Amino acid sequence: MSELVGYRGPSSDILKKSKVMIGDLIEVATSKTKYNGVLMPRYEYADDLHVVIKLSNGYNIGIDVRNIQAIKRISVGEKPHFTAPPKPLIKPNLPNIAIISTGGTIASRVDYRTGAVHPALSASDLYSAVPELSRYAIIDAEVVSSIFSENMTAEYWKLIALKVAEKVRSGFRGIVVTHGTDTMGYTSAALSFALAEVPVPVVLVGSQRSSDRPSSDAALNLIGAVLVASKAPFSGVYVVMHSGMSDDVLSVHLGTKVRKNHTSRRDAFESINIPPVAYVKGGSIGEVMDGLPPRSDSKDFAARPDFDTRVALIKFHPDFDPEIIDYLTSRGYKGIVLEGTGLGHVGGYCNSQLRLAIEKGVLVAMTSQCIWGRVRMTVYDTGRDLLVMGVLPLEDMLPETALVKMMWALGNTRSVEDAKELMKKNIAGEIGYRSDLERRPAR
Amino acid sequence: MVIEGIDYKELGLKVGLEIHQQLATKKKLFCPCEKFQSDTFELSFERRLRPTQSELGQVDPAAMFEFKKGKMIRYGANRDSSCLVEADEEPPHDLNMEAVESALIVALALNSNIVDELHTMRKIVIDGSNTTGFQRTIIVALGGSLKTHHREVEVQTICLEEDAARLTGDSKDFREYYLDRLCVPLVEIALAPVEGSPQEVQEIALSLGRLLRATKRVARGLGTIRQDINVSTKGGAVVEVKGIQKLDMISKIVEFEALRQKGLMEIKEELEERFVKPEDIGQPIDVTDIFEDTECKIIRQAIKEGGIVLAVRLKGFSGLLVYEPYPEIRLGKEMAEMVRFYGLGGIYHSDELPRYGITIDEVESLKRRLEISKEDGFVLLAGPKDRAEDGIVAIVERSKDALQGVPYETRGPTPDGKTRYIRPRPGPARMYPETDIPPIAITKELLSRLEKEVPKPWEEQIEYYMSKYGLSKKLALQVYDSEYSDLFGAVVSKTKIQPSVVAATLTETLISLSRAGFDIDFLDESTLTDLFLSLDKGRISKEAIPQILELFLEGKIGSIEDAIKRLGIVTISEEELLQLIRRIVEESKDLIRERGERAFSIIMGKVMKITRGRADGAKVGTLLKNEIENVMKGEHDSSE
Repeated sequence: MSELVGYRGPSSDILKKSKVMIGDLIEVATSKTKYNGVLMPRYEYADDLHVVIKLSNGYNIGIDVRNIQAIKRISVGEKPHFTAPPKPLIKPNLPNIAIISTGGTIASRVDYRTGAVHPALSASDLYSAVPELSRYAIIDAEVVSSIFSENMTAEYWKLIALKVAEKVRSGFRGIVVTHGTDTMGYTSAALSFALAEVPVPVVLVGSQRSSDRPSSDAALNLIGAVLVASKAPFSGVYVVMHSGMSDDVLSVHLGTKVRKNHTSRRDAFESINIPPVAYVKGGSIGEVMDGLPPRSDSKDFAARPDFDTRVALIKFHPDFDPEIIDYLTSRGYKGIVLEGTGLGHVGGYCNSQLRLAIEKGVLVAMTSQCIWGRVRMTVYDTGRDLLVMGVLPLEDMLPETALVKMMWALGNTRSVEDAKELMKKNIAGEIGYRSDLERRPAR
Repeated sequence: MVIEGIDYKELGLKVGLEIHQQLATKKKLFCPCEKFQSDTFELSFERRLRPTQSELGQVDPAAMFEFKKGKMIRYGANRDSSCLVEADEEPPHDLNMEAVESALIVALALNSNIVDELHTMRKIVIDGSNTTGFQRTIIVALGGSLKTHHREVEVQTICLEEDAARLTGDSKDFREYYLDRLCVPLVEIALAPVEGSPQEVQEIALSLGRLLRATKRVARGLGTIRQDINVSTKGGAVVEVKGIQKLDMISKIVEFEALRQKGLMEIKEELEERFVKPEDIGQPIDVTDIFEDTECKIIRQAIKEGGIVLAVRLKGFSGLLVYEPYPEIRLGKEMAEMVRFYGLGGIYHSDELPRYGITIDEVESLKRRLEISKEDGFVLLAGPKDRAEDGIVAIVERSKDALQGVPYETRGPTPDGKTRYIRPRPGPARMYPETDIPPIAITKELLSRLEKEVPKPWEEQIEYYMSKYGLSKKLALQVYDSEYSDLFGAVVSKTKIQPSVVAATLTETLISLSRAGFDIDFLDESTLTDLFLSLDKGRISKEAIPQILELFLEGKIGSIEDAIKRLGIVTISEEELLQLIRRIVEESKDLIRERGERAFSIIMGKVMKITRGRADGAKVGTLLKNEIENVMKGEHDSSE
């Protein structure tokens, strides 16, 4: 490590002057005492007045540069050499599964010397971090991107979709896509449309607790995802994550019906308006929902990975400024998904702006900010007005799924009318026509 | 257990103390939960912890050891004492600055060198005691010294850390914890190892405990202070004994550990005399076939469940597995404790067989298989394949360690003041930064404010008790060391009761009730306050206190008020008492005539028997003395 990561101003100056590097064993003399320890990187958002060292007992402390009299290098830091443990024995008859990583870390190892967390990305890294994988599949691992999930864009969706298609065509029995959780629901929807005819399971998986900690949910989720990818009788795009707080049951969510509903819990992902399509428990898949597309051996299928990103998802709220609609129209947006109130409403004072947008060829559709339930715009005048204007009601489709679907529909059609027709068509289970009696049906 | 004539100096006994004291803060260390203890746990969930790989491609041996046991961890939680943070379902909130201040005050009191900036670390612990798989811990200060009567003990480190969850059960497949105690702030003080007798070590712990209590910022009561001790003797490795809850167990445990280590060194010397070398410890062999028709129930059951039987030859060990240099200290027992931790019931060894249904024929075939001569020993165990394999590897390692004497390991205290094996000691590389908590700079302003809160030395507090309240030194120390020192202060300031009566009740009376088998933990502060208020109002006498407390602790009554009613011991009014005394004196006129003032003690006894705790002895004495004098005067008058 050559750079003084995180140090700036006075703390950086004193380290540079003392000619020490991160990882070096140094002695810091202060007005009161002397400390020996390994120079550590500094958090980038922390102040510029402290030098951080790791003492021999493993603890880090910060030393105020204003108290430092001298810094002396005792020895140069050694770069740790990582020797992976022996690869587990892999049975030859297991299915081939491709793990495509997009960012975030589903498996990692910690450098206790500097505190750095290194992602495990290669197949051998994955085997050594989660040896149980060798029970279910022969793993092929490939990195398509390494970005935080909040930096995910349609461009990456396309990249991932094409990579999945390539892997399926080359004979993989199932695909696992590791993904940061924040926008995993959007990506699962995007892949659901782009790979609507995929003949094998494509499973997105992430973790709510980072994989460097012993309590991480990553390993169990990854094992479950690999299990679903290799053994599930169905094809299509799914998300596999914890069902509850315990490390026992995982839920398999349909890619177009899943939403991150909690900022931090392991069971943040929930199926909305339908139950999970299956569960994973004790190494097997159970309670599989009827009517899912079956897995097939066909390698020939079309991927439609294009998205038109000129689509906005707009949440209506009291005192919503309708000029926002005008702005979108004037900027050449092709579609607007409204997240209306209740059964699918926006304030009547938005009507003229919406009418103008539709007249100018913008595709406008309605979902509900209630998340659960279905829009029904025939019940009140407000809704009826919007319908007459040409606002398309999207049944029980999730607002995020609707956004992604509209980007996809506009990206794969030539006219707004064609896109509108595509929006109405149930492509990947995104529309449910029947509402279950229970909101979160018991298993 | 006192073994006469152990020369601890010659033994090279060294003990390092590590004290963990809960802080009495309003909230937990990283979340806003205010309750630190619960009785019911309505929610539960199960987890598995997995060792994280270090950059060296290795996992920590202690971490691996815990993981290998393959257990699920079941947590019980109460809504009031835990939130999503304890469940590891939400990132930690900001570090509790009240706890930081308390730790800094302790550091100042010990003249320790406070660090400029606090960094929260994650210390990997995957036995399940932390839902995260690590304990959050912060070094607050380094160095300093603790002054006791006899010596000055060097302080190594002072840390602020979160307490662990409470272990409540450990079965073959599950380990169970309650979450209430998790995340409660602790200050951990590590002292440098000292030489000295077990009693001296205990006194150091007592001094440190007193210093902590003097800050008034620490929690009181059983379980709020825990000691770890690191014990070593000449030539042996350091043994860590974790989690001693009672101070008065320290000297007993050090005594036992010293003796155990001495015993192990004697076994080592014997092995040396026999010229046993590490390579004499054999490779484990699968001997399941020998026991296919065994009468030994445990082995039969293990095989029936698909398990295996493994054995290993220990060349030159004959007789040494049962050899007991001191009571209960023998290699066979050490090995049995060790494999229990891999989920096995125990071991069988050459020095005790044939027995337990294992026949002489089986022993003979085993000896042939292992090529055992009469100088050799063997160890045998049975269980599921993976556990048995781990177990026998541990036996091989332990046998090699026997050639070195005392192995490096972590032990736990037993209720009778001994120690038992818990796990191998963790390797050093198991800390990394808690990136969820930003570093916190300690400002000069904060420190100069806290300087004012550094408590006076506890000795001054004792002297204050003695001079202000007229307590004897013994009583003053007892009150100070008890859980009730705050209550004592409150009662003597609120009531007119003699401080020595309050002090003696809170210490001697409670101790004797505890010795009589009562669980005095049931006595909460409000009950004791009621008791003293009743005494202050003259509704009960001090003589009735033990009787009332006994009744309360038997669970027969729910409050002090009930006890008063039940015993009918509302104090007799002065008027009533005077009448009673006059009646008795009247009846005893002959006696008074006969014996004069010497009749006093007999009559006193009669009165006290009738009043049975309802009257204050001193008052009875004064009144009685008057009455007797009156009678004597009267007699005199009339006769003249």
